[in-house]
Amino acid sequence: MNKTVNQKAWFLVLPVLVLVAFSAVIPLMTVVNYSVQDTFGNNVFFWEGLGWFEEMLASERMWSAFRRQLMFSGIILVIQVPLGIFIALNMPKKGFWASFCLVLMALPLLIPWNVVGTIWQIFGRVDIGLLGYTLDKIGISYNYTQDPVAAWITLIVMDVWHWTSLVALLAYAGRQSIPDAFYQAAKIDQASRWAVFWYIELPKMTGVLLIAILLRFMDSFMIYTEPFVLTGGGPGNSTTLLSIDLVKMALGQFDLGPAAAFSLMYFLTILAICWVFYTVMTTLDKRDGV
Amino acid sequence: MTDAAQNRLPGDLTVARAKANRQRGVRLNGSAVVMALYLLFMLVPIYWLLNMSLKTNTEILSGFSLWPRDLTFANYTTILTDPTWYMGYVNSIIYVTMNTVLSLAVALPAAYAFSRYSFMGDKHLFFWLLTNRMAPPAVFALPFFQLYSSVGLFDTHIAVALAHTLFNVPLAVWILEGFMRGVPKEIDETAYLDGYSFPRFFIRIFTPLIASGIGVAAFFCFMFSWVELLLSRTLTSVDAKPIAATMTRTVSASGMDWGVLAAAGILTIVPGALVIYFVRNYIAKGFALGRV
Repeated sequence: MNKTVNQKAWFLVLPVLVLVAFSAVIPLMTVVNYSVQDTFGNNVFFWEGLGWFEEMLASERMWSAFRRQLMFSGIILVIQVPLGIFIALNMPKKGFWASFCLVLMALPLLIPWNVVGTIWQIFGRVDIGLLGYTLDKIGISYNYTQDPVAAWITLIVMDVWHWTSLVALLAYAGRQSIPDAFYQAAKIDQASRWAVFWYIELPKMTGVLLIAILLRFMDSFMIYTEPFVLTGGGPGNSTTLLSIDLVKMALGQFDLGPAAAFSLMYFLTILAICWVFYTVMTTLDKRDGV
Repeated sequence: MTDAAQNRLPGDLTVARAKANRQRGVRLNGSAVVMALYLLFMLVPIYWLLNMSLKTNTEILSGFSLWPRDLTFANYTTILTDPTWYMGYVNSIIYVTMNTVLSLAVALPAAYAFSRYSFMGDKHLFFWLLTNRMAPPAVFALPFFQLYSSVGLFDTHIAVALAHTLFNVPLAVWILEGFMRGVPKEIDETAYLDGYSFPRFFIRIFTPLIASGIGVAAFFCFMFSWVELLLSRTLTSVDAKPIAATMTRTVSASGMDWGVLAAAGILTIVPGALVIYFVRNYIAKGFALGRV
């Protein structure tokens, strides 16, 4: 749609601007403020310059949290994206069963995040949880509160359970937009199931899949509540992801300077990825629009 | 004879179709098995929570059973009669509703502006809104705490509602903009020619046209505010404490009341489960910020 140039439209955007400025810009400036100052308490601050940033960049604690975070996001993407596509391809196309699947699949997406943590906390317990109990009976030693590997597996299975449906729903939406004529043409050419997927379905799904991948990347990168409830970052520090570490530092130990410097670098990382996201999306919008 | 001939003439086609049907049948069955397994994977953990919520604590801890032998609703009664529990739900509902109304009220005109006009800095503004959706709540937890404490809003519902606009306003703007783009611009122009003023046109004509979009946006604002824990926990202590925070406190206490915890969890799933059917065709759109 070609839009009219109208500078007065700014007035319509103004309420959003004021509200988001209050809830985003002011807090963000507070963070910037802390990141360059030091204090001995009593609200006396003095200039610290970039000291905190240097300290954080040299800190092993932040890098190990960052590595764990990358590993977590990487693993869940590798599992969720192919699984989501696979599920979307197997979903009924229309009718009662399509609605049925949609509703049930979306259920985990709408559960409060701390309840997701609680569900898996209970589910994985050796004494009262179905999963833990069954594994224990089979003879697999499994204790997610003490064994880092078990904690990681539980965390990943939980995230797969929680978010795979999102990828599947998006891929399904992309698949629904493919006209029947494409499939008929493929049938005439006697294309195999695999060829239909590779040459028709996958290219048509690229747009939504990019959105799905980037959304999953972002959200897994800022995940806090579920691992916090499930493992609390433990055992030891093995599941302390970036957000958990940050909250520990800022609200637990009240190390304002380092936490603020950490926050800013964390936010800038996300911002950079977000920019890629936006660029890709607008390019796709343009391509589809023309 | 003719019947037979007629039957035989398209015979090979019928055979082919039957074969295709059989093949499709096999494939459908394969899909059905995959879907059944996946849905089972989705539902079993939820079922387990439901199962726990209907057991007494002694039954939970004494033995292992796939279904409650000694069916009890005592856990639900506990929650619904104890103010420290049910006020959690009331608090959550209050700030979630405030947030939804607030987000939609500011997002509607903004989304209209983005979908209809181009103005200085519109693309940058749109991107900036998106960055707020992508901002980790953990980054904002401490500054929010200090900001709302300093203006005297700490532990009020409005503080949480305002904090959640951080990610809900961008979400609402993006979803509504997606729906508004689908409404032809000619409708606006005709209305203006007919002498409608902007507010009257917007309320009388435009809003009904995008009613489903508003419903979807409201649903997602509600949902994302409902599921969020970190900010709502940081910004409240007693008076506005959300149900999510009430639950985590119980988790960290020693001597856990598993039955009540499970019942509280089930009750938080209910609002989403109730309305999910109505938005089923827009779920993907909502989660993808209106971009599907």
